[in-house]
Amino acid sequence: MSAPIEQSPGEIAAHVEEPMRATLAAPRRGRGAAALLGWTRRNLFSSVPNTILTLVALALLVWFLPPLINWALVKATWTGGDPKLCREAGGACWALIETKHRFILFGLYPHDQHWRPLVAMAIFLSAIAASCDPRFWNWRLAGIWAVVLAVGGWLMWGGFLGLAYVENARWGGLPLTLILATLGIVLAFPLSILLALGRRSDLPAIRAVCVGYIEIVRGVPLVSVLFMASIMFPLFLPEGLTIDKLLRAQVGIILFTAAYLAEAVRGGLAAIPKGQYEAADAMGLGYWQKMGLVILPQALRLVIPPIVNQFISCFKDTSLVIIIGLYDLLTTAKTALTDPPWRPFYVESYVFAGLVYFGFCFFMSRYSQYLERRLNAGTRR
Amino acid sequence: MSKHIATPILALALTVVGAGLSQPVQAGATFDAVKARGSLNCGVNTGLAGFSAPDDKGNWAGLDVDVCRAVAAALFGDAKKVKFVPLTTQQRFTALQAGEVDILSRNTTLTSQRDTELGLNFAPPVYYDGQGFLVGKKVGVKSAKELNGATICVLPGTTTELNVTDWFRANNLQFKPVVIEKNDELAAAFFAGRCDAITSDASQLASIRSAQASNPDDYILLPEIISKEPLAPAVRHGDDQWFDLVKWSVYAWLEAEEKGITSANADGFKGKSNDPTIKRLMGDTPGLGKALGTGEDWAFNIVKQVGNYGESFERNVGMGSKLKLPRGLNAQWSKGGLMYAMPVR
Repeated sequence: MSAPIEQSPGEIAAHVEEPMRATLAAPRRGRGAAALLGWTRRNLFSSVPNTILTLVALALLVWFLPPLINWALVKATWTGGDPKLCREAGGACWALIETKHRFILFGLYPHDQHWRPLVAMAIFLSAIAASCDPRFWNWRLAGIWAVVLAVGGWLMWGGFLGLAYVENARWGGLPLTLILATLGIVLAFPLSILLALGRRSDLPAIRAVCVGYIEIVRGVPLVSVLFMASIMFPLFLPEGLTIDKLLRAQVGIILFTAAYLAEAVRGGLAAIPKGQYEAADAMGLGYWQKMGLVILPQALRLVIPPIVNQFISCFKDTSLVIIIGLYDLLTTAKTALTDPPWRPFYVESYVFAGLVYFGFCFFMSRYSQYLERRLNAGTRR
Repeated sequence: MSKHIATPILALALTVVGAGLSQPVQAGATFDAVKARGSLNCGVNTGLAGFSAPDDKGNWAGLDVDVCRAVAAALFGDAKKVKFVPLTTQQRFTALQAGEVDILSRNTTLTSQRDTELGLNFAPPVYYDGQGFLVGKKVGVKSAKELNGATICVLPGTTTELNVTDWFRANNLQFKPVVIEKNDELAAAFFAGRCDAITSDASQLASIRSAQASNPDDYILLPEIISKEPLAPAVRHGDDQWFDLVKWSVYAWLEAEEKGITSANADGFKGKSNDPTIKRLMGDTPGLGKALGTGEDWAFNIVKQVGNYGESFERNVGMGSKLKLPRGLNAQWSKGGLMYAMPVR
C-alpha cells in the first residue's frame, strides 16, 4: 500500500517504460528457480495486503490439505464391498461407491437392463456434444434430435422390438437427471423467447399475459411449483384420474425455467439499439423476419452468460424432485445410504454425486466461455 | 350441424388427454379397478431400511413392501403384481386420496385424526413401534428418569421432539436438546459424544446402534418407551370390499405364523392337514375366498410366495437382517407380543 508513495520521480519515469522492459526481460528470467521467484513476487507478494492474503491462504491450505488428502486418499478404502474394512481403515470409504454405483447411477431401473439407460445416455450426451459444435447448427440438427429422442425413448421405455417394457416410474439416477435437465432447458428456451417477445409486444393482451405469467412463476420458488404439481394438482383432478409424476415434474421445471430465461432474453432485446429495429423495418421485413434475422441473433449473443447461468441453475434444480419421490441422481445417492451398514459413509456418497454435478456444470460454464469468444469474435474490443 | 363437429372434436380431445394419463379408477370401486388393471399400486417409503427401501439392484424390500406383496398374492395369486410408488411424508396421504395408490404401506402411525378426518381406513398394525432413548453404557444410566439435565440429540419439527419435551415436563425433569436436521448427522453427533442420549423410534435407535456405533455393545436402549407408534397399512374410505381384502391379507399373514405354516412347508399343509383352522386357511374348506372375491387359495398364496409374518419380520428387520431388532411387542400374542390375528373362519 505504501509502495507508490515512496517512489522517487525517477522510478515513476522508469515505470512508464516497464511494459517494454518486462517483455524484454521475460526470456532472460524464463527458466528455473529465478522464473518461479519472479512470478511469485509479481503475483503473490506484490504489496502488503497481497502478502497477507497469500500467507493466510497458505496457512489455510496447510491446515486443510493434509487431513483432506489423508482422509480422501491415504487412509481411504477403495474396494472390498465390506463396510467393516472402511471403519477399520478410518479414511474415506470409496468402496461404498464401488458397491452402490449402479444403484446411484441408474436408480430403480431393472438391474439386468442397465445397459439400456447407459446406451441411451451415451447417445444423448453425444447428441448434446454435437449440438455444441457450431458446424452442426442447421436444420439437420432437428433431424438428429428427433432420431436421438426416438431411439432414447425406445431404449428407456422399450416394449417393442425385443426390449421389455420399463415404466418411467422406474427410471432413475443420472439418466433421469439428464432427461429432466436437458428437456427442461431445450423446451424452456423457445418458450422463454416467445415470452420475452410477448412482454415487449405492442398488443396489450399478449403483453399482460406474458407479464402475468413471468411475474407469478418468478414469484414462487421451484420447490413450491413442484409441490403444487405433485400434491395440490392431483386433488383438483377427478378421483382416480392421475397424470404421470415424471411428466408433472418435467412440465413444472420447463414452465419455471422459461420464466427466468425470458427475463434474461428480454435483457438482450432491450440492449439492442433502436436503430436496428428501425433498419429492419425500413428493409420491409415482417415481424418474425425482423426478430429472427436481425434482433434475436444479436440479442441472444449478448445474454449468453445469464442464459448459461440459468441452464446451470436448472441442471442443479432438478435435484429438488427429491421432494416428490423421483429418484434423480441426488436422491439415489441418498437412498443408497438407507442400507444400515453403509450409513456412516454419507459424505462419500454426496461427494460422488457432487462431483458428477460439478462435471456437467463445469462443462456448461467452459462451453459458454468458448461460445462467447466465438460469437463475439467480430465485436471484441 | 354443431353437434356433428363437436363429437369428433370431443373424441379427439379425450384421446389426447387419455394418452397422457394413466388408467382411471372408478370412485368407490378400488377392488374392481385393481382387479381390472391386473396390478396393485402400492405407496411406500422412498427409503427406510427394513420397511421399504430399494436394494442394490433396485428391487423393493421390507416389511411394508411385503404387505403389498401379500395383498397381490391374495388377489392375483402372484406376489409380483405390485407397482411400487415411492412417496415422501408430505405426499403420502394426497396420493392415497387422489387414487394414485391403492394401499399406503409406508410406516404410517395409526391415529384417530388420520382415521377420521383424512378419510383413511387402517388395516391391523404390522409393526408396533415407540419412542425410546439410546445411551452410552459408560454414562451409567439405567432408566430415562435418571436423565435429568442431560443433553439429548433429537430431530427438529417432528412428533419425536414434542414427545420428549412432554415426557420430561410430565416427570418434572430438565434436558438440553441438541437439534440436528438430518438423521445421519444426528447419529454421528451422538456417537461423537455431543449428547448424552439420542431419542427416536426404538426401531430406528436399534438400527443406528447396529450400523453406526464402533462397538454396538457399548450402548443400551433404556426401558422407557414414551410414545405409541402402531404402524399400519391404510386404504381410503369408500370401498369396504377392498378394505376387507387388505385387512384379512394381514390377518392371514399373522395367522400363518401362529399355526407354524411357512413358505417352505406350506405345500405340506395344503390338502394334508386335519386341523379345521388350517384347512380353512389353506382353502381346503372353501368359502372364505369367495367371500373376499379372490381365489380359495388366497391365504396359501400369501404364505407360499411372501412367507408368514414371522418370516418377513426376520428377513427384513429381525435378527436375520441388518437391523437386528428383537421381536418385542411384535411377537405373537401367545409369546407375549401384540400380534393377534382375528379368527379366519
